Amino acid sequence: MQKNYFLAKLSGLLILSAMLLLLGTLLGSTGASWNEMGLDQTILFDIRLPRSLGAYFAGALLGLAGGIAQSLFRNPLADPYLLGSASGALLGVGSILCFAYLGDSWIELIGLNGGAFIGALIGVLASLLLAGGYRSSLRLLLSGVVISVILGAANSLFTFIRPDLFQSIQSFMLGNTTLLNWLGVEIMAMALAFCLLVALVISPTLDALSLGENTARSLGLPLDQLRLVLVGILALATGCAVAQTGLVAFVGLAAPHLVRKISGGRQRVQLLFSCLGGGILLLSSDLIARTLFAPLEIPVGIVTAVLGGLYLLILLRRAPFGGRS
Amino acid sequence: MTLPSTRPRYLASGVALFLIGFSLVVFAESISVADDSGVSVSFSNPPVRVISLLPSLTESVCALGKCSTLVGVDRFSNWPKSIKDLPKLGGMGDINIERIVQLKPDVVLLERASPVIARLNGLGIKIFALDIKSMSDEERALQKLDLVLGTSESARVWNKIQKEIVRASKQIPLSEKNIRVYFEVNPAPFAAGRSSFIGDILTRLGLVNIIPESVGPFPKINPEFVVQSKPDVILLAESTVADIQKRPGWSSIPAVMRNRICTFSTDQNDVLVRPGPRMGEAALIISQCIQEKMSSSR
Repeated sequence: MQKNYFLAKLSGLLILSAMLLLLGTLLGSTGASWNEMGLDQTILFDIRLPRSLGAYFAGALLGLAGGIAQSLFRNPLADPYLLGSASGALLGVGSILCFAYLGDSWIELIGLNGGAFIGALIGVLASLLLAGGYRSSLRLLLSGVVISVILGAANSLFTFIRPDLFQSIQSFMLGNTTLLNWLGVEIMAMALAFCLLVALVISPTLDALSLGENTARSLGLPLDQLRLVLVGILALATGCAVAQTGLVAFVGLAAPHLVRKISGGRQRVQLLFSCLGGGILLLSSDLIARTLFAPLEIPVGIVTAVLGGLYLLILLRRAPFGGRS
Repeated sequence: MTLPSTRPRYLASGVALFLIGFSLVVFAESISVADDSGVSVSFSNPPVRVISLLPSLTESVCALGKCSTLVGVDRFSNWPKSIKDLPKLGGMGDINIERIVQLKPDVVLLERASPVIARLNGLGIKIFALDIKSMSDEERALQKLDLVLGTSESARVWNKIQKEIVRASKQIPLSEKNIRVYFEVNPAPFAAGRSSFIGDILTRLGLVNIIPESVGPFPKINPEFVVQSKPDVILLAESTVADIQKRPGWSSIPAVMRNRICTFSTDQNDVLVRPGPRMGEAALIISQCIQEKMSSSR
């Protein structure tokens, strides 16, 4: 019986995703124009499709990372940017921009996307080192906050020294889905497939963790190793998404909450639905961002924050007090 | 008995002196000029110690022939060369208030949205705020600066700009008019709209800006819109040209296909993005590049 419901919900979310993707190829810089016959193939297949798919995958990666983070730290306020990956990515982009004038072939090779990805991984690695390992969630959490502050300050220094880079760095900070290409989509699709698979396989750990660390340990799970794997997946998923779309706000935090009600409490379902929910949230935000004032664009991070925030508020108002799902 | 008679005499001469002094103050050219934030600023005599906190204002002051009155500039001012050794007083977010006060300026020229206005006002330093977005703003700014600095050069400077623009527009042959252009000011991507001074220059050159009037001076644009608008020429800073090729779908733009991309060096970019007295030069840079690109790739 429950299985059927799960399938119905899953297909519902998938159908919604497909509809949004279709909409994404129809809506463009000229606003809603369904009966535009002379539409360029280039625009359809080289711009709108990769952009919509890319936004969806990035949102899915962030949603998955958010779901993992919230379960791993058993904290409903956890988000993918927690372990220093956001400020690390920002610093990576800042340094690449800053040293671009050197004209070094290495810097060109890495590019902005590579810089963001490497920065995000370095941020998480630094948090792990500062926490002295991965054995304590609390230490990990705190060191993530400290690393975020330190790397954020370093980045502020960059913008202070080179104010001309401020606009470029800000566009990364607010999230940017405008320049997604097929290469980015392929990278994210592969990362998503890998991360989702691993996460779904080891999701029972998260179920056990939700009962408390000691209980989980007493169940005989190799908790520490699994935690390391989860942190690795978290970093990989966040890094891949952030490298392509910048620091899109709120998707990782909101997506798991948006689907919590329909996922019914099992971690495997919760993670899968967080993934879909994140994709839906980011793609619909991207659609709004590009059509609302077309051909002007609003930074997509602003839309995700408003859209996700409003929906969360509604959920908060409707949910009974003290209820933990 | 001389004492009592001296007192009225002192008094009389004192009154006379006061009157003379007062009339000097009144009849000296005490002019008051309203700046762009609507505050009227009065000057008893032309300022001899001027600070400019905006590159375009620095350039305007120098174009009006008052470069020698400058005692300090912001970090980005780099033209003309004669100001190179002046104290640099910081940039947008880190203006050095202390140093400004030390320099005892008669007036500080800055942009209307500058964050230091309130602070400088509180310190009793005379400020003159200008807001230059379009070409006509610059004309007005030159006239106001003329009044403030006690010069009468604004007409000459403005005419020079106009002549250069006319010359630039003649460089583009008539058959090349109605070229569709896209001017990118920042790879985010932000474009130069029609209501910006860059848009003004493009219009005066007879070029068609693909960015519609309605979206404001420097809009963040959907890159797909650029692809759809099929510009014949793209103008941007040298540093972003490699980026352009990689953008999805951009290789189908006529300008990219036929390599009609005008790139500007840092020095040229400074000329192009500053609404100052070098706008005529900016027009010449644009027209020259467009002429080259259109004739080489025909």
